[in-house]
Amino acid sequence: MTQSGPPEGGWGDAGYPQWFARVTGVGSSIGQALIVPVLAVVTALIIGGVIIIVTDVDTLRLYGDSPGEAFKQSFIGVWEAYKALFLGAVGSPRAISETLFSATPLILAGLAVAIGFRAGLFNIGVNGQMLIGGMAALWVGFTFSLPLILHITIAVVVGIIFGALWGGITGFLKGKTGAHEVITTIMFNFIALFLVDYLLKTRFFQATGRQDPISKQVAESARFPSLFEGGRVHIGFLIALVAVFFTYWLLFKSSIGFEFRAVGFNPDAGRYAGMNVAWIYVAVMGVSGALAGIAGSNQLLGLAPYQALPGFSGNTGFDAIALALLGRSHPFGVLAAALLFGALRAGGRSMQGLAGIPLDLVLVMQALIIVFIAAPELVRSIYRVKVPEGEEGLQLTRGWGG
Amino acid sequence: MELELRGITKRFPGVLANDDVNLTVAEGEIVALLGENGAGKTTLMNILYGLYTPTSGEVLVDGEPLELHSPGDAIAAGIGMVHQHFMLVPVFTVSENVILGVEPVGRAGWLKQAEADDLVREISERYHLAVDPDAMVEDLPVGIQQRVEIIKVLERKARFVVFDEPTSVLTPSEVEGFFDIVRGLREDGKGIIFISHKLGEALELADRIVIMRRGKTVAEVLPEDVSEADLAELMVGRPVELVVQKVVASPGEVVLEVSGLAALDDRNQRALDGVSFQVRAGEIVGIAGVQGNGQTELVEAITGLRRSIAGSVSIGGADVTADSPRRIHKRDVAHVPEDRQRSGLVLPFTVTENIVLDSYYGPPFSRGAQMDWGAAKERAEHLVEEYDIRTPGVDVTVSTLSGGNQQKVIVAREFDRDVTLVIASQPTRGIDVGSIEYIHSRIIEQRDAGAAVLIVSSELDEVVGLSDRVIVMFDGKIAGEFDPATTTTTEIGLAMLGSEAKAS
Repeated sequence: MTQSGPPEGGWGDAGYPQWFARVTGVGSSIGQALIVPVLAVVTALIIGGVIIIVTDVDTLRLYGDSPGEAFKQSFIGVWEAYKALFLGAVGSPRAISETLFSATPLILAGLAVAIGFRAGLFNIGVNGQMLIGGMAALWVGFTFSLPLILHITIAVVVGIIFGALWGGITGFLKGKTGAHEVITTIMFNFIALFLVDYLLKTRFFQATGRQDPISKQVAESARFPSLFEGGRVHIGFLIALVAVFFTYWLLFKSSIGFEFRAVGFNPDAGRYAGMNVAWIYVAVMGVSGALAGIAGSNQLLGLAPYQALPGFSGNTGFDAIALALLGRSHPFGVLAAALLFGALRAGGRSMQGLAGIPLDLVLVMQALIIVFIAAPELVRSIYRVKVPEGEEGLQLTRGWGG
Repeated sequence: MELELRGITKRFPGVLANDDVNLTVAEGEIVALLGENGAGKTTLMNILYGLYTPTSGEVLVDGEPLELHSPGDAIAAGIGMVHQHFMLVPVFTVSENVILGVEPVGRAGWLKQAEADDLVREISERYHLAVDPDAMVEDLPVGIQQRVEIIKVLERKARFVVFDEPTSVLTPSEVEGFFDIVRGLREDGKGIIFISHKLGEALELADRIVIMRRGKTVAEVLPEDVSEADLAELMVGRPVELVVQKVVASPGEVVLEVSGLAALDDRNQRALDGVSFQVRAGEIVGIAGVQGNGQTELVEAITGLRRSIAGSVSIGGADVTADSPRRIHKRDVAHVPEDRQRSGLVLPFTVTENIVLDSYYGPPFSRGAQMDWGAAKERAEHLVEEYDIRTPGVDVTVSTLSGGNQQKVIVAREFDRDVTLVIASQPTRGIDVGSIEYIHSRIIEQRDAGAAVLIVSSELDEVVGLSDRVIVMFDGKIAGEFDPATTTTTEIGLAMLGSEAKAS
């Protein structure tokens, strides 16, 4: 515990937990923000390689007879796997399209979590907000018949509104009653999950003639068009990019974002400065839910078979937490992290096909990356990266995106 | 027995915190270490306690150099520390806290609780600490909690005890009791280092006073040879006005009118009970009182941060009882809050961001929702210059500034507009002499410019020195009003303790 603090002062008393800052990256300088994520990814790739080696039973047997040859085989095995991963992610226009396609919902959901972190809120409810927003967009999608651009726009806007409402309720509960957002958002996930199950069995949503819970199909005019022939990446990716820039502007260039961040660091100071803290909690969770709502719409309007199944948000809302952490809660960081995870997914599918390595390895690697992000000291000690003295107190740079 | 710090130098990136510092303390001696915030006192003590390793220099006991790599090493060498912020487990009893980390255990790791209780009782009696070993720490007043820290140090057989700003958390009466305890420790042969920036306390308590400035020891004096003014000059490096200079007030019309105001505290107890007073333009009214007698709630109720349950507040003739903090702020009210770090500043924000913390929402700093950070920065640069805020720049986070400069950021933000009412709570708590002088002069400037000023402070000298009228609060009520020119501090002090006093 020697000399990790500033000479005198520091923001130990800020009421803003240091672990929160360290893990979410809020308030750290750009250099510091990059070191740990990069090292985390490198470490995960190394461990992934080790897993590939020790699970390759044939090569392992060979180690008894001719270790040299076996070592070579192991190396080739890892090389081939990672080559397939790399090529599958960025090796061709089609691969890049797959990467961007996989990244799209992750960008949106990651932004939803990141904006919460910036305002000191832990939105675990992205999944639920995706479900509710998505269902609303879906309803617009199969109910109306409108011109292409108009139909998509209305569907997404309705998805945004419902996601925002679903998130806003938990913000309201926190602002007005003090109910902790971690608890309420988790519970709202359950409510949304089972509500969707229920809705999918009502005549309102259920596909005609079906007994199982599956929705009607989105009309052609509300489906996200592809960006180019033969690739799955669609305009959802462009919407996500707009969302990245919007979130950046909102957080760092707007007075609303100033309130978000002030209240995030120190609600008492926000109240003193005349900010309406309860309203800000509603607004933060509303914006967060809105972004999740786009992500949910994306999953139904931009993904074949353009129908909703129970729990169609999958694990995205939880991956989003990881992405926000990896991206240090900065919109551009989230974009980079989501592209990385998208690449891992697209590449993982090709690795499974070409090198016979199960896709699950990619999920293990993703989880490892998160563990290393959440335990920065671990990464720093592995690579002997020193915490610069007074990192918490003696920041001479302001956070990202001054 | 003697403890010596010899030639200590400690360099942080960009900061020379200690520069060839020498300090000795003998057993049975009280040495006061005086210096402004940022002078390097805390760094020096962290080196002594094994929290920092010095860049060069050594710590010796009886001429033997010590290897201090952790607080454990320091404790083993007989060095104990009572920190400014207590290191206690609130939900543990006194004796559980005392034995934490050094638990006396019997067979099979069985805790010898009775033994621990006896030990605490014995230490408590020996030094007249009057601490009950079975009491839960969270139920104890701050003064007693500090004694628990002292017992912890003594239980670990410390021969040298460091007190880091020990009186900053105590009420005036607790300070007296604390001094007696420290003198008792000296009698018992302990060597004491007493870190402070309060001049009077150093003069009263210490056998020897060492003064630090900008990381160096600049003087060593005996209390009988110097005055407070001498010490202040040594600390700051230039002559300092300790007595507030001001002309006689010429009060104008009533700006703030509080009548029958009552409010609950955070535990829903009635903390403010039917308080009425007025503050006129061009006068300073000081609220004196031991902390926790309703002053916090009074200020919060006036500034819109706390709902009142009865009574009314009006500013400039308009009823603002139910108004939000922002609406009250818009009535040209400057509010310097009681706790700058808890509510006055967003510490991880830059100086610029803190400067616009309560004015960001309109021109010139934003149009619609679009912030104009260029304008904000310009404003911050102007105020840094104007209010002599010592900072490497406006893009630095305020957490890196000293307490005095943090307070100047708040004062600059609140005062630099047309102000009709100033409400300042503990405006100079925990800041250095130079900044105190500066902030006092700014407050008087506001008064002379025609603002009504309400000062709340638990430092009686500050209230008496600044105010044109002094109101004493006790138990949520007004216990008397005094003219500081014709009243002794003793009279006011008595009223603060709740004894019957007649208003002058």
